[in-house]
Amino acid sequence: MEYYISLAIKAIFVENMALAFFLGMCTFMALSKKIEAAAGLGVAVIVVLTLTVPVNNLIYNSILREGALSWAGLPNVDLSFLGLLTYIGVIAAIVQIMEMILDKYIPSLYAALGVFLPLITVNCAIMGASLFMVERDYTFGESVVYGFGAGAGWALAILALAGIREKLKYSDVPEGLRGLGITFITVGLMSLGFMSFSGVSL
Amino acid sequence: MAEVTAKQVLFEPILNNNPIALQILGICSALAVTSSMSVTLVMALSVILVTAFSNMAVSLVRKQIPNSIRIIVQMTIIASLVIVVDQVLRAYAYEISKQLSVFVGLIITNCIVMGRAEGFAMNNGPVLSFLDGIGNGLGYSVLLVVVAFFRELIGSGSLMGITILPAVNDGGWYVPNGLLLLPPSAFFIIGLIIWALRAAKPEQVEAPDFKLSRHKVKEAF
Repeated sequence: MEYYISLAIKAIFVENMALAFFLGMCTFMALSKKIEAAAGLGVAVIVVLTLTVPVNNLIYNSILREGALSWAGLPNVDLSFLGLLTYIGVIAAIVQIMEMILDKYIPSLYAALGVFLPLITVNCAIMGASLFMVERDYTFGESVVYGFGAGAGWALAILALAGIREKLKYSDVPEGLRGLGITFITVGLMSLGFMSFSGVSL
Repeated sequence: MAEVTAKQVLFEPILNNNPIALQILGICSALAVTSSMSVTLVMALSVILVTAFSNMAVSLVRKQIPNSIRIIVQMTIIASLVIVVDQVLRAYAYEISKQLSVFVGLIITNCIVMGRAEGFAMNNGPVLSFLDGIGNGLGYSVLLVVVAFFRELIGSGSLMGITILPAVNDGGWYVPNGLLLLPPSAFFIIGLIIWALRAAKPEQVEAPDFKLSRHKVKEAF
């Protein structure tokens, strides 16, 4: 149990998807102007990551990995080169299915998340988490915890940035830095703050 | 869009309509690879190739794709190209592919590639689309290389692994600035580049949300 908690803390703070690995930056910059939008997107990312990372983990371990098909009498088949194509397909499919289920059974949540769900397919944080899961060879249990932690970390980062930007819009920024420029520098300062977590030993 | 010339398509994205500085596309996979020049160049080359060829392929089949499944088709084309790049890198440049780790795979979700396939290649012929892909790839690469130049030169005193400023540890005079090797520096450098670009081209400056009002009362002066 202790191991899983420290894995989650590591995924949320020390290896924060947005601020330490720069993943999901496009949506991070584009949709962080308002806190409500940022919160909706954050929740959607948490849910999608908690689902896709474990599913991709199962697919990788039972089909794609070298020797994984030995139960079918094919011990020498290594399909790991198909990984990228499979992961993105799985992500797109899960997002689509989630959209349909939410639309049918929880319309209020669908209305809140609606716009952000399709955007998530092309969010690099989702794909990145699956790729990190493969690279670090997580087991199924670890991948569930990692998926959730990575999502929570990303949501935390975008909420914090949206909070800062809501205040920042009242300030007098030099002309050329307005908008995108000052956002980059703000994110840099936030990322500097998050670096202090890397001193935490777990 | 019929009158766009090849030259325009190729060079417009580099300075005037830079995908990173103006369109906020494709920052995702880019920044983590800019701490050394050689890795950055490989990454930039991969992105140019993938963007150009995926644009061309999408444009070739654009009339056959049913509108409702076009995103999936584009994704599949892009993912296949990225797999080719990834396997080639693993075979011929294993060290660099290790350093790039997951970021080659992340070219798939790079918004530049998808954005150009959806926004340009779906409406234009294959040759123009190919050039547009190269142009946007170049716009991305130029920014990436500039960032990498400063990060490697100031951060470790070398370029492409060759020492330019001899560091103190090796008996030289230059004290490397470790901050430039850490992730946050990439944000600062890009922010400053955007500032410089917009100072040179004032028409790119964004309109402010609010204006400061003038002082109406003489306060404590």
